[in-house]
Amino acid sequence: MIELRNISKRYGGREVLAPANLRFAPGSTTVLIGPSGCGKSTLLRIVLGLVQADTGSVLIDGQALTAANITSVRHRIGYVIQDGGLFPHLSALDNIALLARYLSWDEARVQTRVAALCELAQLERSLLARFASQLSGGQRQRVGLMRALMLDPPILLFDEPLGALDPLVRSDLQKQLKAIFARLKKTVVLVTHDMNEAAFLGDQIVLMRAGAVVQQGSVEDLLRRPADAFVSEFIGAQRSHLPAMSGGRT
Amino acid sequence: MSLRACLCVFMVLTAAGASMAADSVRVGSKRFTESYILGEILKQTIGAAGEARAEHKQGLGNTAIVFEALKSGAIDLYPDYTGTIEKEILKSEQPLTLAQMNQQLAPLGLAVGIPLGFNNTYALGMREAQAQQLGIKTLSDLARSAEIGKLKFGLTQEFIGRADGWPGLQARYSIAVATPQGLDHGLAYEAIAAGQIDIMDIYSTDAKIERFKLRVLADDVAYFPKYDAIIVYRQDISGKYPNSMAAVQQLAGGIDATHMIRMNARAELDALSFADVAREFVAARPASGQTTTVSATAPTRAKQSFLALLFGEDFWRLTRQHLMLVLASLLGATLIGVPLGVLAAKVRQAAQPILGVSGLIQTIPSLALLAFLIPLLKQIGTLPALVALFLYALLPIVRNTHAGLTSIAPGLRESALALGLPALARLRLIELPLAAPTILAGIKTSAVIAVGTATIAAFVGAGGYGERIVSGLALNDSRTMLAGAVPAAALALLMQGMFEMAERWFSPRGLRQPD
Repeated sequence: MIELRNISKRYGGREVLAPANLRFAPGSTTVLIGPSGCGKSTLLRIVLGLVQADTGSVLIDGQALTAANITSVRHRIGYVIQDGGLFPHLSALDNIALLARYLSWDEARVQTRVAALCELAQLERSLLARFASQLSGGQRQRVGLMRALMLDPPILLFDEPLGALDPLVRSDLQKQLKAIFARLKKTVVLVTHDMNEAAFLGDQIVLMRAGAVVQQGSVEDLLRRPADAFVSEFIGAQRSHLPAMSGGRT
Repeated sequence: MSLRACLCVFMVLTAAGASMAADSVRVGSKRFTESYILGEILKQTIGAAGEARAEHKQGLGNTAIVFEALKSGAIDLYPDYTGTIEKEILKSEQPLTLAQMNQQLAPLGLAVGIPLGFNNTYALGMREAQAQQLGIKTLSDLARSAEIGKLKFGLTQEFIGRADGWPGLQARYSIAVATPQGLDHGLAYEAIAAGQIDIMDIYSTDAKIERFKLRVLADDVAYFPKYDAIIVYRQDISGKYPNSMAAVQQLAGGIDATHMIRMNARAELDALSFADVAREFVAARPASGQTTTVSATAPTRAKQSFLALLFGEDFWRLTRQHLMLVLASLLGATLIGVPLGVLAAKVRQAAQPILGVSGLIQTIPSLALLAFLIPLLKQIGTLPALVALFLYALLPIVRNTHAGLTSIAPGLRESALALGLPALARLRLIELPLAAPTILAGIKTSAVIAVGTATIAAFVGAGGYGERIVSGLALNDSRTMLAGAVPAAALALLMQGMFEMAERWFSPRGLRQPD
């Protein structure tokens, strides 16, 4: 369970995040969506302590995030960014195993875990020896996901994870992610600007605009009971790409 | 190699350089032919006394460096000139007697004495034939000569500019000449021989005076300050090595100007080594009872092929010294420079001071830096040379470490942070490996620069290829200079090649360009 209480952030004089209260329910997938610069990535980075909020507090399973506990809290969170964020000087295996080895796992345990993750993320084991520059975009993203899952953290955060992929690979990975989320039952928060992806993956949608939460609820809620004209407009602009909801007629 | 092992090697190398030969008499000399020869004469004279081993720290940077070396006890004695002691060391406006100088030097535990018998001062010279024809023997003769208006003066810029040079001379002797022509001292001899000029300024013991058949005009009203050759020495040396000092005392009055000119000519024109010139002198002394001429047997530089000169007997010693200086200073600069670069990259307030100071060090001229380090370290030789080289090697390493760390993509930095790795682990596992190619490039730059800069070690008697370059400069002998410069250049190329191989080894595989 992640809870944000009265979180706000300013850069210079500009408010990038208005005071916000949010809860991300355990075992469910929440999608943060909105136009570029709406503050959705900042929100995610505040949860990880990569950005310090000006006001309010972050609670992970009831425990407030502090400078003292940030490292151990991060071990309970998996973080995946666009293009995987792999360290170019390490092989795929060394990227995935980096933290576990730092925490002195014995090598047999590391290998068992990596094997299980290969199966989960559908990555050929022969690719483990490769460096990031020798992997395709989709493969890099799978390795990034495996690195995030290595310690089996209860929380997963995704920041535009599929943004850099071509449409076919992207659609393929979306299906896989959905299956993985369903199987692992982790608390997932995913940032995207693609309504299609949000509708497909999210149990709950948080729509943001200019640093403020405009509406939160299920896709159905946002479609049927838009909070204001912006919500209808934002969904409407991408609606033709949602055939199941458009009634199949254009 | 572990950090501790590196440190040990560095300390052993430094200590080995610093602690060489404590139980011998150490003679110093400055960076010009006459000083080299006198230094060799002192060394051989002391050696012949049979009481102590004599060592010659030759071609030390300049007066400041030699004098600091003497004060600190790094050398025990060296040849100098009364005018230099007066003006450069004691900063006196008036001429001083030897007794007055000794009074001022005594508190430092130093003394001057043993006038060798010649005065190496400024003088004017002209072709012997023309001087005879015009009947000019003294400067007064010159000023009175009816032909003065027709004589062409070619003087060095320094002589024209110095208060104790041309302006004072012209006034003192009332020489009625318009502006003299300014030209380089090295070219003046050729110019006067070819008749392009008629009068030039000379040092009264220049080697070429005899060779070019010049007459040195007598300074009949004693205008020029005295530059009598004397020995400056530590007072404690007489107590420690009485027989050696007694032998040196015997040199008093033993070298007149003609003799000194001839010895300078043996080195500069006959291309004899300084040691051989000194050997001729020592052998010919009445005390020795024998008259050996070395020239018959000793190979002169002119007769040797360049290859023989290049791979002369000192080649391996110089190579070893040069390599030791480069490697030890580079190791030290890496051990200190990389952490400083890390600090500059991590602590914003530290960046400017660290980068600024290491940049500032680069702008200090090497002779000034050495002259500053010698009193600080109380010695000459390997240690001050190593410290200077270490300081010069810092900047590229510090700057590249800083640049390598600060140019890591923010996404990667955040990924490492988000994983939950503590700061030190991030540095060790992620940031330093990512910056490694840039850091290695900085070390490579420092290594190549250090090979070139290590030639300054010769200024403080630490050896290396610079020894040949410095003595080649003093002799105006380009072959000797090249015999030092060529191996230094080869070593720089070798260093570059070795580092390029090391880059392949040490750069993480994922960061290399795909083949």
